[in-house]
Amino acid sequence: MRQPPAIFQSMSQQSIADETVTLTVNGEDRDFPAGSSVADLLESHKLDPRLVVVEHNRSVLRDRDAYGTIALTTGDVVEIVHFVGGG
Amino acid sequence: MTTATLPVNDVPFEIAGREFRSRLMVGTGKYRSNEEMSAAIEASGAEVVTVAVRRVDLNRANDEGMLHHLDPDQHFLLANTAGCYSAEEAVRYARLARAAGFNEWIKLEVLGDEETLLPDVAGLLEATKVLVDEGFKVMAYTNEDLIVALRLEDAGAVAVMPLASPIGSGLGLLNPQAIRTIKRRLSVPVIVDAGVGCATDACAAMEQGVDGILMNTGIAAATDPVRMAHAMKLAVEAGRASFLAGRMPKRETAMPSSPLDGMLG
Repeated sequence: MRQPPAIFQSMSQQSIADETVTLTVNGEDRDFPAGSSVADLLESHKLDPRLVVVEHNRSVLRDRDAYGTIALTTGDVVEIVHFVGGG
Repeated sequence: MTTATLPVNDVPFEIAGREFRSRLMVGTGKYRSNEEMSAAIEASGAEVVTVAVRRVDLNRANDEGMLHHLDPDQHFLLANTAGCYSAEEAVRYARLARAAGFNEWIKLEVLGDEETLLPDVAGLLEATKVLVDEGFKVMAYTNEDLIVALRLEDAGAVAVMPLASPIGSGLGLLNPQAIRTIKRRLSVPVIVDAGVGCATDACAAMEQGVDGILMNTGIAAATDPVRMAHAMKLAVEAGRASFLAGRMPKRETAMPSSPLDGMLG
């Protein structure tokens, strides 16, 4: 994340930068609170974990029970997919 | 009289040791509404229902996935890798589909060309080998080429799915002889997939002796999809019974059906 020059960087801006992670979710950059887990990410989009599948940095997460333990960090690439109509 | 009361002897329809109650499998794409889709699936009598894997649209609050409209207890969800143009991409989609937690089956598509949607058979074989190694039950969408079909079987595909004609074309069964040859030479089930446009096409495909048919657009793009789904159900049953019954030999000349004896003098 691009930081303002140090001379203008107040304590509060510094703490905001520290408390946010930037992820690429389904192709779009999005900010989330630092320390967010995969479970938090789904919750923030009101997605039912049972109805979606998550891929984290190209690795498919097969254990939904582990969603709460997987911490997300800046630069992570997340794909959230589901079943749609198809032949 | 319904078919259930007729003494029709048929072997169970099995793929990889799992028995399915209908030889007709249907897709869930292109319907005008989810209600229409559900009614059409019901009318088709299909147990196997295919779905695609796509990104959740995070910007649309009411974007509902197929699981809001299909009961996994009533239908066997067969995920596909539609839209994938490389083995690597198809394997990625298959892994995502399996993580949904329903089964380890995949309808494998590796396409080679956007205009014809014909399969990239080299990529298809490569992806089949990778997925079989990972424990998937691979049903491979392919063309009507016998050698490719044999290679897919060798690679461990649990079913081979040759096209009747290109995906979404509705052109019907273009090469019945090739489909018959594939069916005769393979041990695994042969399911005709793609190109069936009307009940005649479905019946004709089943009359080649194949084990089943998968279709989507033929039903979804009909003027009345629910009625067409019903027609396809009957056509698949009729075609299967017709195949098992064994057709009469074709003749170039006529032969009377009524006796020549006993005509008035």
